[in-house]
Amino acid sequence: MDEIFGIPAPLLFGQLLLGLINGAFYALLSLGLAVIFGMLNVINFTHGAQFMMGAFVAWMLLHYLGIGYWWALLLAPLIVGFTGVVIEKTMISRLYKLDHLYGLLLTFGVGLIIEGLFRNQYGSSGMPYRIPPELQGAWDLGFMFMPVYRGWVVIVAIVACLATWLVIEKTKLGSYLRAATENPALVQAFGINVPRMMTLTYGAGVALAAFAGVLAAPIYSVNPQMGANLIIIVFAVVVIGGMGSILGSVVTGFALGVIEGFTRVFYPEASATVIFVVMAIVLLLRPAGLFGRA
Amino acid sequence: MSQFHRRALLGGAAATAAFGALPAHVARAQAANTVRIGILNDQSGLYRDVNGPGSVACVRQAIQDSGVAARGVNVEVVVGDHQNRPDVGSTITRQWIDRDNVDVILDVPTSSVALAVNTIVRERNKIFLNSSAATSDLTGAQCSPNTIHWTYDTYMLAKSTGGAMVRAGGDTWFFITADYAFGHALERDTAGFVRAAGGRVLGQVRTPFPGTTDFSSFLVQAQSSRAKVIGLANAGGDTINSIKQAAEFGVTRRGTKLAALLMFISDVHSLGLETAQGLVCTESFYWDLNDRTRAFTQRVLPSMPGGLRPGMGQAGCYSAIMHYLKTVAEMGVPAARASGVETVNRMKAQPTNDDAMGEGTIRPDGRRIQPVYLFEVKTPAESRGAWDYYKLLQTTPAAEAFRPVGEGNCALVRS
Repeated sequence: MDEIFGIPAPLLFGQLLLGLINGAFYALLSLGLAVIFGMLNVINFTHGAQFMMGAFVAWMLLHYLGIGYWWALLLAPLIVGFTGVVIEKTMISRLYKLDHLYGLLLTFGVGLIIEGLFRNQYGSSGMPYRIPPELQGAWDLGFMFMPVYRGWVVIVAIVACLATWLVIEKTKLGSYLRAATENPALVQAFGINVPRMMTLTYGAGVALAAFAGVLAAPIYSVNPQMGANLIIIVFAVVVIGGMGSILGSVVTGFALGVIEGFTRVFYPEASATVIFVVMAIVLLLRPAGLFGRA
Repeated sequence: MSQFHRRALLGGAAATAAFGALPAHVARAQAANTVRIGILNDQSGLYRDVNGPGSVACVRQAIQDSGVAARGVNVEVVVGDHQNRPDVGSTITRQWIDRDNVDVILDVPTSSVALAVNTIVRERNKIFLNSSAATSDLTGAQCSPNTIHWTYDTYMLAKSTGGAMVRAGGDTWFFITADYAFGHALERDTAGFVRAAGGRVLGQVRTPFPGTTDFSSFLVQAQSSRAKVIGLANAGGDTINSIKQAAEFGVTRRGTKLAALLMFISDVHSLGLETAQGLVCTESFYWDLNDRTRAFTQRVLPSMPGGLRPGMGQAGCYSAIMHYLKTVAEMGVPAARASGVETVNRMKAQPTNDDAMGEGTIRPDGRRIQPVYLFEVKTPAESRGAWDYYKLLQTTPAAEAFRPVGEGNCALVRS
């Protein structure tokens, strides 16, 4: 058997693939964060809770109403996105004139409240959510057994990332958004309702988190901690990529997934910390992040 | 952080209002007849369903069932969340003992926290009744005259589940181990049985704890080792995610067997029978085991959070407090509070007997022993109703289920 650095090559290829799959989640989650920070200048610490809510809403739709995965993929982001709109309208919009730190603290608190409510109601072990029948099974790639569902997650994540990038960079709506970030008063003077645009942007970012949550539901147990476990890593991804950079969050999301995957082969004990080591190094060399504007 | 339980607080407030007019010496007499129990466990993390508020419900049930109130013993309960961190657990324990006059620390899942609590309780000559931490070191190298290890331990889990897997032909193993005291102890004890039976350990990975949600990389490594058995030396949410993702990656369809070395009934509930069917696990309590366990479950069920059935860690809390309160009632509160070691010695001197855990005895090294049950998870077709999850494969008698008293290297036994 061929070996690379003393590790069987098939195992390394397997880890590369798994790293890309995990990276897809990081990319999708950090994308929502980057959109919200880029457009609203809010560091949305509720993002992990909103990811968890997406998974829970999918479970609730199935458990209480018998609505399956495919509709959940559409409905859960809409429902959770709407709660995001309410949070923005009632709380976050009042803090735009203040320092970033206030938004961070508020969203952190709101996230803790949401997680606490779900934990009290549903416990910590989580709820079962099955892979839809159409996506069950696996491909035998020779070097590893690749679940069809994980392949689906990567494809959907890439499509979602591409679509978001296109909307922001190539459409008129995107140009309004970017302009409103630079100079809201001027954009408002052109007759565009900037506060509403901000609200909808936050709702869209939250919907992206919930969408990732629905995708994650069949892989992880649907439990109140699932967001808290991921959010710190995702923040590291956003910082490394450059706060607010769409391209940065996508590229770093995938790249860090792969780095983490390889660490799990060579030194598994460090796999939870390797991303923060990378973050420290990047911040030392490029304080604005890899794709950030200095 | 730590908090007085709501009911204790309300009860305290009501008592203050009702007895406010009583002479001071009556109040002093009542305080002198009060024992304080500190339930220290995970109230907010991945072991919440395994212990958490369920343990509190079981302890309250035990206080009620013991009938000590009628014998003049007043019991107060405080609850703390150690967040699975030894530093937090140590701080709460010190505060409880030094400031709040707590006499007994109870439950304490997460072996790293339990080992820290074990040391503090011994220094202060209080009592540690450990139900939910698994490391067998608590009755081995780190045994203490102030500690009783109640419900299960890594050696017993390894012998029962590990032994059954080896007998079924699983002679090569790969471990996925939670990287802290519990995981290391469970891996060590299971590997010992595998080697003793002529098997081989082909490798292991240590997964960061807490904070690992994706186990697929580790499962792929385990598979590529071509071991016949993948031993999961983890618990709670980690075990759930490992089993779920193993099913996703078709690990068992390719002939590899999964050994969930510590699995609780709430984990099976969370996984669903579709995913969990066929797994074997070891428990010292199952709600549907016999008439006594069913009666206990019926009593406590209305207080259990979220409709959960009690698991073995929670049932162990019930059993331990029943025995403790029985001893306190016999000794008298002032004598029982005066010395943790003396009270523990009295507890060791008599057999335990209650509805949840049946009959048992406590050895000089602090290990409580009882029969141990190996279960197989039913298929969805076999399950006849809610929480009907297990079928009994074998019962190991108390005398054979645990590490022989002389092999643990416990100083209490050697001297």
